[in-house]
Amino acid sequence: MANTVCLSRDCGKSSEFWTLLALGGLVLLGSLATFFYLEHYGHVKTGMNNQIVWGVPHVFAVFLIVAASGVLNVASIGSVFGKKMYKARAPLSGMLALAMLAGGLAVLVLDLGRPDRLIVAMTHYNFKSIFAWNMIFYNGFFAIVGLYLIALMDKRLNPWSKPVGLVAFLWRIALTTATGSIFGFLVARAGYNSALYAPMFIIYSFGYGLAVFILVQSVMYKWNNIEVDERILCRLKNLLAIFVAAGLYFTAVLHLTNLYFAKQWEFERFILLDGGIYPLLFWGGQVILGGILPLMIIFSPQARTNPALVFLAALLVIVGGHAQMYVTIVGGQAFPLDLFPGYAESSSFYDGVVAAYTPSILEFMLGLGGLAIAFLITTVAVRVLKFLPQDDFKDMELNDDR
Amino acid sequence: MHEHETQESTQMEDRRAFLKAGAVAAGAAVAPGVLLYGVAQARAPEDAASDKVRWGMLIDTRKCASGCDECVTACNTENGLEGKTGPQDSQWIRKLNIRNLQTGAEHNLPMLCQHCEHPPCVDVCPTGASMRRADGIVLVDRHICIGCRYCMMACPYKARSFVHEPLTDQNPDVPRGKGCVESCTFCVQRVDRDEQPACVEACNASGHQAMLFGDLNNPESDIARALRTYASTEVRGDLGLNTGVRYQGI
Repeated sequence: MANTVCLSRDCGKSSEFWTLLALGGLVLLGSLATFFYLEHYGHVKTGMNNQIVWGVPHVFAVFLIVAASGVLNVASIGSVFGKKMYKARAPLSGMLALAMLAGGLAVLVLDLGRPDRLIVAMTHYNFKSIFAWNMIFYNGFFAIVGLYLIALMDKRLNPWSKPVGLVAFLWRIALTTATGSIFGFLVARAGYNSALYAPMFIIYSFGYGLAVFILVQSVMYKWNNIEVDERILCRLKNLLAIFVAAGLYFTAVLHLTNLYFAKQWEFERFILLDGGIYPLLFWGGQVILGGILPLMIIFSPQARTNPALVFLAALLVIVGGHAQMYVTIVGGQAFPLDLFPGYAESSSFYDGVVAAYTPSILEFMLGLGGLAIAFLITTVAVRVLKFLPQDDFKDMELNDDR
Repeated sequence: MHEHETQESTQMEDRRAFLKAGAVAAGAAVAPGVLLYGVAQARAPEDAASDKVRWGMLIDTRKCASGCDECVTACNTENGLEGKTGPQDSQWIRKLNIRNLQTGAEHNLPMLCQHCEHPPCVDVCPTGASMRRADGIVLVDRHICIGCRYCMMACPYKARSFVHEPLTDQNPDVPRGKGCVESCTFCVQRVDRDEQPACVEACNASGHQAMLFGDLNNPESDIARALRTYASTEVRGDLGLNTGVRYQGI
């Protein structure tokens, strides 16, 4: 029966497909059970509180959303900038973008205090709210990337792939600008309130998205016993290195700017030095695991010929990305609001103290649900449609500079 | 006969003119009083809140006694809050102790929603559930709050709470609900009945009289007079939010 579902000859063995589906389905079921449990008892069962209002679910959700817009970059380089090698990867890139956005949005919705009011969120818009704009961008992203995928995969509509691809590229830039601005527009908190968040999130998205793409492509190649071409591996890994380095650069600029302002010193001391888990995740997770180590691996001579090393570098970028989201989202809230600059503050409402946060297993379950959705959509999509990159090597040799 | 009729009609006209003039004069004399009365009194339930009024509060930190939490208790009773102070519990008003890091000078003050003219919570709310009423009171529309908590991220005063668990024994005047965000309403249900917020009433009853509530737009109100006379500060005035709550003595 499975074989009748499979429209693609590259889709791997049937039993493995069903095993993957079952695994992803189990995680999703656990996540749904968690959702109904929280819906009944309330957020009191989570580690989130009135100080840390966005926790682990948001770490997963924002990572997925940011990476979703970033993974589309592969298609954009092909369609908008005309690079042949990337064109072959455009359908997979578009599909992954939709799968990850669906996963990320699902987590955001499942974590709402009133998820039953989703229809309200879709019918009441406050156009001054960047959050409302995000919802418009997310919905538009589904529509535009959906059309883009059709244009890419239907030969008759192929000529449309360039203009639609351009719209998708511009839309995704706007989308990530809006996602970064969710934090950039928070006027009162020391950790946010910076225009840098918009371009920084775009750069992060390039890195996280490409890392996810490399991971998925590697697994698909492995599944089909295909050796990845060295030139392709080299280009992808070098591009990943540029994005990772640019991400580190933006991070450095953000913190150097803060270090220049006396009013931000306490926050920087907290996030970089003595804030416990947050400096640990910043230096150990975001900078070393997610930045320096992948760069060292990518530029090691062995990485040119060893896909496993590139796979490892991409995996580390994703791990570092989650650490970055935790530091940005939770760390930014954990540092106390300064209501009276120059004064020490104390109250029954945890003023003036670093907010404590111990995430519960339920929050991880919600977050993993988003990953499971993205995983399931990807698994089914690569099974039933032709997403495996088809490289025309003759063409590549003729246009090696492209 | 005809002449008599003409005379009578002239007298009638004179009487009408006199009455008319008298009515106009009386109206002119009474009108300002009626208008002021209209501003000061509770509006009818069918009338919308008016931007002619801006409700505000002046807190004199020199009169706010250390250790006194009458305002907090009164708020909890009025609005049906349990008064628990765990990290997940709602607190609409709290006593804040601040100490100057250089001089060591200490102040006590109640901290609550500052009812800003340009509230960041209203700006960021995706559905428009966070809203500012025409008379300056910042509220959450419990029917369209989706519980995203973005307003809590945005509020500079940490004035908002999220309801983390199901509620029982609510005050029918103050609907609250699991999964929604809430904060001080200036006791809007009392203000609409021409009463003072519960915290202000309790502070006065305790003899401290540290909280003054009234219409900032009415130059004759006690709060407007006090603000004209004494120096006061906005918390995080640098943000330019034009808060409805002002502090004196810091």
